[in-house]
Amino acid sequence: MSARARLVLGLAALAGLGAMLLWAVGGLPDFGHPRGPYADLAPKIMLDERHVTNTVTGVTFDLRGFDTLGEELILFVAALGATVLLRAQRGEREAQEAAAAEERRATGTADSLRALGAALVGPVLLLGAYIVVHGALTPGGGFQGGVILAGALLLVYAAGQVAAVQRVRPVSLVEVADAVGAASYALVALAGLVFGVAAMDNVLPLGTTGSLLSGGTVPVLSVAVGVEVTAAITLILSELVDQMMLRARD
Amino acid sequence: MTALQTVCLIAVAVAGTATVLTRDPLRQALSSGVLGVALAVLFLAFGAPDVALSQIVVAGVAVPVMVLLALAKIRTDDRRSEE
Repeated sequence: MSARARLVLGLAALAGLGAMLLWAVGGLPDFGHPRGPYADLAPKIMLDERHVTNTVTGVTFDLRGFDTLGEELILFVAALGATVLLRAQRGEREAQEAAAAEERRATGTADSLRALGAALVGPVLLLGAYIVVHGALTPGGGFQGGVILAGALLLVYAAGQVAAVQRVRPVSLVEVADAVGAASYALVALAGLVFGVAAMDNVLPLGTTGSLLSGGTVPVLSVAVGVEVTAAITLILSELVDQMMLRARD
Repeated sequence: MTALQTVCLIAVAVAGTATVLTRDPLRQALSSGVLGVALAVLFLAFGAPDVALSQIVVAGVAVPVMVLLALAKIRTDDRRSEE
């Protein structure tokens, strides 16, 4: 097909898609006035029956907690797959040597960047932990906080402390944390079968609305997901960093 | 619609177009990160802070970093095969 024909075909398809999008947007309910009862019911149910002030996390870890179980296992398997694929290409020892070489080379990193990275690690870790444990109260939760916690590792790397990265993320510990996070979510889901009526039943005391431990299993699941996501993202990123350093050295 | 929401929508449109029109993968990783942050501000302006947080951590942190690491690996591979 000639370039001109492709351009005409592409523009026509784009125009058609744009027209249908505009048509669809025109049929949407007004902003803030969704159809159906769910938008009004969910905050009320979460507050009255679960003592959870952040409806979004409440729905994620309680009303639709079974969905989240599947999503969490997807991330677990993805991290597993990335690790298996990338690790087959190197030995642990080689990676450590490559890291040491990279650290010696990293003296070229600007001092200001190293200082900024080092200074930000603590606050970022604190922010991540805060977002994980306050999931039931304010916006956030295990997933968002977990990625922020894993991001702190990137700051250590950006600060040029590659060998330090290897110390703060002993791979076996991260792997265990990944498995423990994923398994504890499944165990809490099963606890509903044992102590309650059905799987994912909220079996823990609900506590006082607005306090850190309110919401029964919601904050517990948020922390479980936080541990799993931190470990999974850390695993994926550090395997990629190892690969990059090994190739750079060769 | 408030002025803030309108500004955010325009910012997303500009950042999205810029990402599509960027040809160099390295620059594209960065401009897609900017698009992700613009989307996060948009979600916040429309009253969805939870979605905004997820958007920031995925599009602003995780995806650009993974793309950059993959690019770094591909480039060192290329350099080796040229030698």
